[in-house]
Amino acid sequence: MAELQGQGIRIEGLKKRYGEGDTAVDALKGVDMQVAPGEVVGLIGPSGSGKSTLLKCLGAVIEPTAGRMTLGSDVIYEEGWKISDLRALRRDKIGFVFQAPYLIPFLDVTDNVALLPMLAGRPNGEARQRARELLEALDVAHRARAMPSQLSGGEQQRVAIARALVNRPPVILADEPTAPLDSERALTVIRILEQMARQYETAVIVVTHDEKIIPTFRRIYHIRDGRTHEEAGEGRVLQ
Amino acid sequence: MISLAGRDILHAWGKFVFTGLGLGLLIGVTLTMAGVYRGMVDDAKVLLDNSGADLWVVQQGTLGPYAESSSLYDDTYRGIRAMPGVARAANVTYLTMQVRRGDGDVRAMVVGIVPGGPGEPGQPGYLVAGRQITRGHYEAVADVATGFGLGDTIRIRRNQYTVVGLTRRMVSSGGDPMVFIPLKDAQEAQFLKDNDAIVRSRARTAGNPALNRPGVPGLLDAVIASQSANPYVNAVLVQIEPGYTPEDVAEPIRRWKRLTVYTRVQMEAILIGKLIATSAKQIGMFLVILAIVSAAIVAFIIYTLTLGKIREIAVLKLIGTRNRTIAAMILQQAVGLGLIGFVVGKIAATFWAPFFPKYVLLEPGDALRGFVAVVAICVLASVLAIRAALKVDPAEAIGG
Repeated sequence: MAELQGQGIRIEGLKKRYGEGDTAVDALKGVDMQVAPGEVVGLIGPSGSGKSTLLKCLGAVIEPTAGRMTLGSDVIYEEGWKISDLRALRRDKIGFVFQAPYLIPFLDVTDNVALLPMLAGRPNGEARQRARELLEALDVAHRARAMPSQLSGGEQQRVAIARALVNRPPVILADEPTAPLDSERALTVIRILEQMARQYETAVIVVTHDEKIIPTFRRIYHIRDGRTHEEAGEGRVLQ
Repeated sequence: MISLAGRDILHAWGKFVFTGLGLGLLIGVTLTMAGVYRGMVDDAKVLLDNSGADLWVVQQGTLGPYAESSSLYDDTYRGIRAMPGVARAANVTYLTMQVRRGDGDVRAMVVGIVPGGPGEPGQPGYLVAGRQITRGHYEAVADVATGFGLGDTIRIRRNQYTVVGLTRRMVSSGGDPMVFIPLKDAQEAQFLKDNDAIVRSRARTAGNPALNRPGVPGLLDAVIASQSANPYVNAVLVQIEPGYTPEDVAEPIRRWKRLTVYTRVQMEAILIGKLIATSAKQIGMFLVILAIVSAAIVAFIIYTLTLGKIREIAVLKLIGTRNRTIAAMILQQAVGLGLIGFVVGKIAATFWAPFFPKYVLLEPGDALRGFVAVVAICVLASVLAIRAALKVDPAEAIGG
């Protein structure tokens, strides 16, 4: 696969239909979106608007019915065609941050982060070194040997962000990453995501309902009834 | 690459160890059942070894003396002793009964032997204490498993015997310890009736006009005397001379004495193939059921553990973990559980086997077969959990 880092994600006319015939439901009716490297955009919309479906399509978890998606210069989907190894694509090119951190409970913090490069075939030493650097950058290096159950909610979410970043993916998908956190910690998470996006030239899409963090986005995609429209955000600067 | 299964086991070691302990006790029972079967086979072989015989001469058409009853006149051995190739021949009787000592009793096989000494067929091969039977009456040599001691007085039927010797591993095919007594006493014990029965028997005989004819003095007394004596033994044990094969000696006895003769191989086949065959099948059924129960327990435990990790598995799949990595994790955990169970089971079986009333023989070969079976069962049992894990949709990690 060609090197995609620094080239962002782009989707055009993305459609997704569940079911067939009379029972068919069009969850996405032609979504367009583009996120540049180093940019953090918000994706907001009411329940049932198609947010999760869009996120799953972006995450190469489900296949769209129609449309085009490119990651850097690589075409991932195009009118029914898809890249052959979506699992490797998710491992190497897409980072995920979830509402709950979903860390692997039986691995310590370092190995939770180092697992992805190890899965990609990198030597354990190199994978752990990369994990330690990220944990340092995210200010959780002092908990490197701790188990996930010994971490606070904010620390767990930072470790989850480190895990999403460890393979240096060109895009990170964050699904309600601040939902379980208080205002201060929520804003801290967004600040970290912005900082990491800039540092690693990563495009970040944050799906959220969280009113506290919506003003921080410079661009926001609203999704309603399976269609998106873009608007400028406040882009409030975080200290 | 780190071992996900190993880390999970270390993280939840208490759960694995306690589950392994429970499974291990079940495996211990399984190994013990196999040991019980091996013990029965070994008891049968020991019975034949300790008899010191090469041939067993029994009543024609019977599987005696162990698998069926057999009666021979006690002078039959004289004619057999004169047959070519016969080195020694001795009468023997077997009677399984309760032998009393004080207020208690012990189930034992009472063996009637001709007092002679070591080397004679039927004699206890060796003693661990005391001496062999030297007197014609009221002495006994007992297996230590009876719990009798030297000098103890034991009661068989109406007679009392003094234990003059102790032997070891002299057991019947059913595992009952043996008590050796003089042949004449054993013959009497086999047919000895209580006084009331003797009075009734004599009255019946006297009331029979054919046996109590007027004008034939002494007939009734002769009939009653013949009824009171027991001229039968159960078998004649034969040792053959060097240079003869068992079949060389057995065939003329069958032909000319019109008796049934079994060689060691044939007798072993009777004991193992017929006498303990039903018990072996019974144990075999237990083994099959225990194996199925063990498999079901491992499958249930691994399946439950896997279902408890569905979210983690979904995350692992979402972040690009290969199916084979996830399957290997579950498989390794199942095998790990089986290994813990096997070690616990082997230790448990070794620990409790000596406490069983009958001989339990734990053979290394059975342990090896058990180990292979445990691993195979664990692999099979993990299939259900692996199927469940591979069906997990990575989208579950995203929700929505």
